[in-house]
Amino acid sequence: MHEWALAEAIIKYVEAISKEHKAKKVAKLVLRLGVLQSIDKDILKFSLYELAKLKGIVIDELVFEDEEVSLRCRSCGYRWPFNINTLSEDVREALHFIPEVIHSYIKCPRCGSRDFEVVSGRGVAIKEVVLSGGS
Amino acid sequence: MVVLDPRELIIYDRLRSVNRKIAILSPKGGVGKTLISLALALSLSLKNRRVGFLDLDLTNPTAHIALGVNVKDLKPKEEKGLIPPEIKGIKFMSIAYYNLDEPLPLRGHEIVNVIKELLAITIWGDLDYLIIDTPPGLSDEVLSVLKYFKEVETLLVTTPSPLALRSVERLIKMLIDAKIKILGIVENMVLEGSRSNLIASRYGLRVLSYIPYISNLDHWLGDAEKFVKSPLMEYVNTLRSYIDRG
Repeated sequence: MHEWALAEAIIKYVEAISKEHKAKKVAKLVLRLGVLQSIDKDILKFSLYELAKLKGIVIDELVFEDEEVSLRCRSCGYRWPFNINTLSEDVREALHFIPEVIHSYIKCPRCGSRDFEVVSGRGVAIKEVVLSGGS
Repeated sequence: MVVLDPRELIIYDRLRSVNRKIAILSPKGGVGKTLISLALALSLSLKNRRVGFLDLDLTNPTAHIALGVNVKDLKPKEEKGLIPPEIKGIKFMSIAYYNLDEPLPLRGHEIVNVIKELLAITIWGDLDYLIIDTPPGLSDEVLSVLKYFKEVETLLVTTPSPLALRSVERLIKMLIDAKIKILGIVENMVLEGSRSNLIASRYGLRVLSYIPYISNLDHWLGDAEKFVKSPLMEYVNTLRSYIDRG
């Protein structure tokens, strides 16, 4: 239930922005989920609605957008898409909590460097919040 | 498109139930930060204080090795976040649970990302003290500690080496400018006479402890039960009573 901790952070932001704009409800909340972190969408959705209820926030529409993982080697410049299903369950769980530990388990397939950039597919971010009934 | 990172907002909430946050700092490597941090945390815990320990040496975590924590089998408990396991009464958090002692090279922005993630998801609960071990340098880890840990107190470690002393003086200047509380200086590996007292008095600080060079300290590493019996503890116990007086 580490998704609960992430949901708390998201709801804290939504609460602050709703208050700021004196909004009555959230018409739409769009979250971008980096695939590297293997977020359990059902648990995240449950946590978000539970926490929103506790704070008296109504969310009409919740949208999750997956962001695929793309890596780029800083040493040789090679760029490659990465399928996390090629990793063992233990490693996927480690990335679930701390995506940056990918550097411990993956090397550039062309030059072997661990100095690569996670171009996309990391973390949870708020892409869009549409408020309604506010100022 | 602006994409917002929600983690920063929750960090201050997560640390609200921690009474005192003490970061152990030294720009010079190899001066004994990790072992002094651990000894301080253990000393406080043995006095029944509620203690957490955060190893922020992300690219080279070693605190778990000193305590003999089996990072392959022991993991933080998932419960609305991550609850660190207790090692000899200390809630012990390290990235080593997740990189399993494999190499972990990180660029600056990645270090900041890991710190934000760790601080956003770790559930410390009520603590009297959170002891934060940091890597050498004045870079992302140290700057993040000063940014995210409100009202952090700092304990500076040096050796009598002129290189370490000059390094710690630079750190002191930076902390004074940023109005960060400095508890004092610990001079470690002292062989003959103190060299840090001159710097301390120049900046109105105190040398809180002089720890001699302990030649067989490695013998006490690898097991928390053994480490608490090491000769280092008696020096750090004095340091602890000063800090614990408030």
